[in-house]
Amino acid sequence: MRDRYVILAALVLFFVLVTAPVWYARAAGEKAGGPDVKLPTQEKACVMPVDYMRTSHMDLLISWRERVVRENIRTWTAPDGTVYTVSLSGTCLKCHTNKAEFCDRCHDYAGVTPYCWDCHVDPAAIARSRP
Amino acid sequence: MNALLSLVAVSILVALAWVGGSVASLRSVFGIVVPAAAVAIFVVGLAARVTRWALTPVPFRIPTTCGQQRTLPWIKASWIESPWTRAGVVVRMALEVLLFRSLFRNTQAAMTAEPIPAAGQDAHGAAPAARGLRRLVYGEEKWLWLAALAFHWSFLVVLLRHLRFVVEPPPAWVDAIAAVDGFFQVGVPVLYMTDVLLLAALGYLLLRRLVDARIRYLSLLQDYFALYLLIGLVGSGVLMRYFVRPDVVAIKELALGLVTFAPVVPATVSPFFFVHLTLVSVLLAYFPFSKLVHMAGVFLSPTRNLANTNRMRRHVNPWNYPVKVHTYEEWEDEFRDKIKAAGLPLEKA
Ligand code: HEC
Ligand code: HEC
Ligand code: HEC
Repeated sequence: MRDRYVILAALVLFFVLVTAPVWYARAAGEKAGGPDVKLPTQEKACVMPVDYMRTSHMDLLISWRERVVRENIRTWTAPDGTVYTVSLSGTCLKCHTNKAEFCDRCHDYAGVTPYCWDCHVDPAAIARSRP
Repeated sequence: MNALLSLVAVSILVALAWVGGSVASLRSVFGIVVPAAAVAIFVVGLAARVTRWALTPVPFRIPTTCGQQRTLPWIKASWIESPWTRAGVVVRMALEVLLFRSLFRNTQAAMTAEPIPAAGQDAHGAAPAARGLRRLVYGEEKWLWLAALAFHWSFLVVLLRHLRFVVEPPPAWVDAIAAVDGFFQVGVPVLYMTDVLLLAALGYLLLRRLVDARIRYLSLLQDYFALYLLIGLVGSGVLMRYFVRPDVVAIKELALGLVTFAPVVPATVSPFFFVHLTLVSVLLAYFPFSKLVHMAGVFLSPTRNLANTNRMRRHVNPWNYPVKVHTYEEWEDEFRDKIKAAGLPLEKA
């Protein structure tokens, strides 16, 4: 059987597929580096240490949600003693006013699409849509 | 013993990776050199292996068939199980590669639990001599097929989902796959179905080898090694997604650094991630030299990818050279006088 050309073509295709991210990065002129998130300018610190927030903010959000929805406790005391109202739109987005350039930018980078915004609102976007 | 030794081997790898991720001077080795080398070994090794197969002569068609081959027009032939056309071969291969059709036919031999009744005819009409004996039966064995299918397809989905870490911006279809995979929206980060399937399938594939004495007897060191490696890989990934949060952004920076040839190892990448990365590197590097290479081999198995046309068509050996023959006529001409003198009969007088 003279199938060598088919096999060779398949090998080339395989090679292209395996290395596709490299070619894509070349073609799109990708640069290594993180997302360009806009941190709040007025505030100094987040509700928890920034290392924790960067990796585990979803855990915090879920514990917040459970507090409100299951236990009806609407305040939360941070480790440093500050008392916050438990609210996704009202507290997180009060400091992080620009959801699009904070949460979304980072999530787009990491390829995550939280479904929270199916229900929860972004106050800034609403304010913008109401003239 | 095999099971233990390979567990030790994988544990050593995990420990090495952990050390590599913890010691500052080793982080760039385990974060950059090891994965880059692994990908190179994977690609070159696989290409070499496939090339060697491609250069191996297959002088005769040896398809293993399990259907009626094409003969007389009034005998129903099965065009997939014993294909005689290219289309048939393609469909047969597709069923094999995508659905593991030959594994679907897996059977398991076992002795019946109950002896065949000593008196009277049993339901299967056993011969009298066999009465009172246990009987060897071949049963269907679909679990292996199911677990293999679940494992391979889930692994593919997981692999595609990982594109979100190496492509910037992540393609929309990768998002779509993740959305379907996390359809049930259990917990946050949402539980992926494929993660559960992968762990369940790997667990079954390992237990299958450990529990059944006959399969344990057949299992080699490398059978367990591949399984433990995969379990370690999947396990570390699952742990990172649901339990020990890594800095995903830093990890993507590392990954993008690798694909853009501007490698960096951000300080916030945890040793835990190094375990995941090292295990996948070992898997890649190990791939071309192990049974895992069946990924490429399945396409090149002559028992599957050839049409069953041995009898239908004349197959001339492609590297036949012209053979010098000496026909009887020529021989008779050569010795005509001598044959005549001896009074022997001649073909041509
Ligand atoms: C009091 C104002 C404030 C509130 C409320 C707040 N943040 Fe922050 N957050 C900040 C500041 C300021 C930073 C930057 C801290 C730094 O860089 O040290 C930050 C950092 C972060 C980071 C890390 C970003 C990065 O790339 O370093 C995340 C993630 C984050 N916040 C998420 C949240 C979430 C989720 C909530 C709601 C649970 C929340 N924040 C509530 C002020 C706030
Ligand atoms: C199906 C709609 C829906 C979705 C999707 C949803 N939530 Fe909620 N969430 C609610 C409702 C309703 C409440 C109750 C509001 C109240 O009692 O004030 C709530 C309350 C909360 C609260 C506390 C109160 C507040 O105002 O924020 C948090 C925190 C929260 N959700 C986080 C999340 C997160 C994080 C996600 C995404 C992972 C999410 N939610 C997805 C409907 C939703
Ligand atoms: C520094 C980058 C970064 C910023 C800023 C950030 N996130 Fe995230 N977030 C992530 C990453 C990465 C994940 C996914 C982790 C994973 O895949 O394991 C995530 C996951 C989540 C999830 C879980 C979603 C899921 O389905 O997996 C929620 C909810 C969430 N973020 C809410 C927020 C909110 C609200 C903000 C803005 C206040 C925010 N995040 C800002 C990086 C960020």
